[in-house]
Amino acid sequence: MSAVLPPRERVVAWLTMMMRIRSLEAACAELYGAGKIRGFLHLYDGEEAVAVGAVAHLGAEDAMVATYREHGHALARGMSMRSILAEMLGRAEGCSKGRGGSMHLFDVSKRFYGGLAIVGAGLPIATGLALADKLQKTGGVTACFFGEGAAAEGSFHESMNLAALWELPVLFLCENNLYAMGTALSRSEAVTDFVAKARAYGVAAELVDGMDVLEVDAAVAQALAAIRATGRPYFLECQTYRFRAHSMFDAQLYRSKTEVEEWKKRDPIVGLRERAIAAGLIGADEVTTIQQRIDDEVRDAIAFAERGTLEPVEELTKDVYAHTPGTPLRTPPAGREGGDAWRP
Amino acid sequence: MATVTYREAVKRGLRAALMSEPRAFLMGEDVGAYGGCYAVSKGLLAEFGPERIRDCPLAENGFVGAGIGAALGGVRPIVEVMTCNFSLLALDQIVNNAATLRHMSGGQLSVPIVIRMATGAGRQLAAQHSHSFEGWFAHIPGIRVLAPATLEDARGMLPAALAEPDPVLIFEHINLYAMEGELADDAGAVDLDRALIRRPGTDATIVTYGASVWKALEAARALEEQGVSAEVVDLRTLRPLDDQTILSSVARTHRLVVVDEGWRSGSISAEIVARVVEAAFDELDHEPVRVCSAEVPIPYAKHLEDAALPSVAGIVEAALEVCHA
Repeated sequence: MSAVLPPRERVVAWLTMMMRIRSLEAACAELYGAGKIRGFLHLYDGEEAVAVGAVAHLGAEDAMVATYREHGHALARGMSMRSILAEMLGRAEGCSKGRGGSMHLFDVSKRFYGGLAIVGAGLPIATGLALADKLQKTGGVTACFFGEGAAAEGSFHESMNLAALWELPVLFLCENNLYAMGTALSRSEAVTDFVAKARAYGVAAELVDGMDVLEVDAAVAQALAAIRATGRPYFLECQTYRFRAHSMFDAQLYRSKTEVEEWKKRDPIVGLRERAIAAGLIGADEVTTIQQRIDDEVRDAIAFAERGTLEPVEELTKDVYAHTPGTPLRTPPAGREGGDAWRP
Repeated sequence: MATVTYREAVKRGLRAALMSEPRAFLMGEDVGAYGGCYAVSKGLLAEFGPERIRDCPLAENGFVGAGIGAALGGVRPIVEVMTCNFSLLALDQIVNNAATLRHMSGGQLSVPIVIRMATGAGRQLAAQHSHSFEGWFAHIPGIRVLAPATLEDARGMLPAALAEPDPVLIFEHINLYAMEGELADDAGAVDLDRALIRRPGTDATIVTYGASVWKALEAARALEEQGVSAEVVDLRTLRPLDDQTILSSVARTHRLVVVDEGWRSGSISAEIVARVVEAAFDELDHEPVRVCSAEVPIPYAKHLEDAALPSVAGIVEAALEVCHA
């Protein structure tokens, strides 16, 4: 654990963002119970320090790829709670117009490329985004979040190799929460040291305490500096833990209540809050005020989502293609046109 | 006008694309130093350099996915997959990502990627290098599926595909690469939306695509000698299908034969017959007949491979059957 806390504004920003994520997820669970959110719902409680500590370092030129457990990453990237909750309620005002739901949040204006729900599939996509940035000399880095379960997929190994071989600016962030759905790491991987796996491909790699936002912050700062200096990829294994079930259909037969309670003692929000209070950076009353503001934000976002509209069924087949045959090509809506930036 | 091979026509399309679109680059297994498994990209590495002619490791899901990511990021990858059998290793990225992202993101994302692959049988490459999966891919909304049969299309579909804001898959039949013919020096991009009548006729419509177009044309010549005038429709694009050209041909001939190197069950030939029956049942004077590959993994031995594939004789027989001749 880092000895010295950074300036107050940063600590308050981290704490606030982690509390916003925790509160958003609580609201999601409630809305799910009420039948207003359907489908699969995967909550991020316990893992907040990873997204919050990492995303704070990303600029507008950087890109992000995340998984189906991505509400926190979307919020940390600056997407509004309104657009996220409206998406989960299937509303046209949702960030993906209600077509994606919980697992498929997108915001091209923030270079947030999902919200991808096939385990491991985001790694090649992130590798390609980094290739595009390298070719176009944008200076952007792509942050790719994935769970440790993805390391069993071929796409993990193929992407490590490609990113190292082609020297691509990707920050691979493995959120190791010890369970691939309900299968413990030791029951699915012969070698459980992911840092060693990344290094085997020539990718610089470090192990990080993913329950401590200060540790994530420091590691990501160093990794990004290295990527920006060398153009080469970097891998961080963030050891963390999911406090809630894998999804809302999970009886958690694969882990003990004691284990969960032990990890909860390392709650990243409680940890930072108590240290900040002890250091005199923030008062308990101020934390209460922050929580009240967040509660208001959540209430507002739920109300926004509930009064949202449904995309007209007539638009069901819109956007399968940019244009239908026989009609003129529309200007490609790709988020970033290369323009003159890349001249080989 | 010059005599060139289909292989050279594809290469001309590639060169034109690379020269006119500075964001375009070619990536795939052995496209660079080796010159392409089917020698399509021979010489391009020296001309365009390793940044734009990018050799890939044997990792189809990884490099096709990286191509999709690169397209999302604003460049224009042309990905070569050595054969369509190998594309099965990249199905996840093509079907779950490339095909879905525009719709699933509410129209925010665009995946302007072109994926080229070799398809088809006839070179005694046996059951892991000879199959025709274009019909499978044509099942998927969100992607376009092209099958160039002629030199003009081999040359012109690539730049047209590159201009598309959506994923386009191009299936080049391995038997066509060595085919020679005349190609205009100023041949350019072609329309991707329309099927074309390669030979007009009045008695029966033969709908096909890719290398089978040439078998159908040969069959049509044989049929002519027997007094049957066959019209050959080249689909060119398997998704989206140009229903109009098919239906208007059937409305003239009232008889339909579909030739497809894919297997019959659940095939593009089944889709075409279904559409004609749904939309023009009353126009038909005979049940449609299909000529497809035998439902076996394509075997190595020449006589068995030949027996497994649609043949000119089989197409003639089918056309005579629908004409009651």
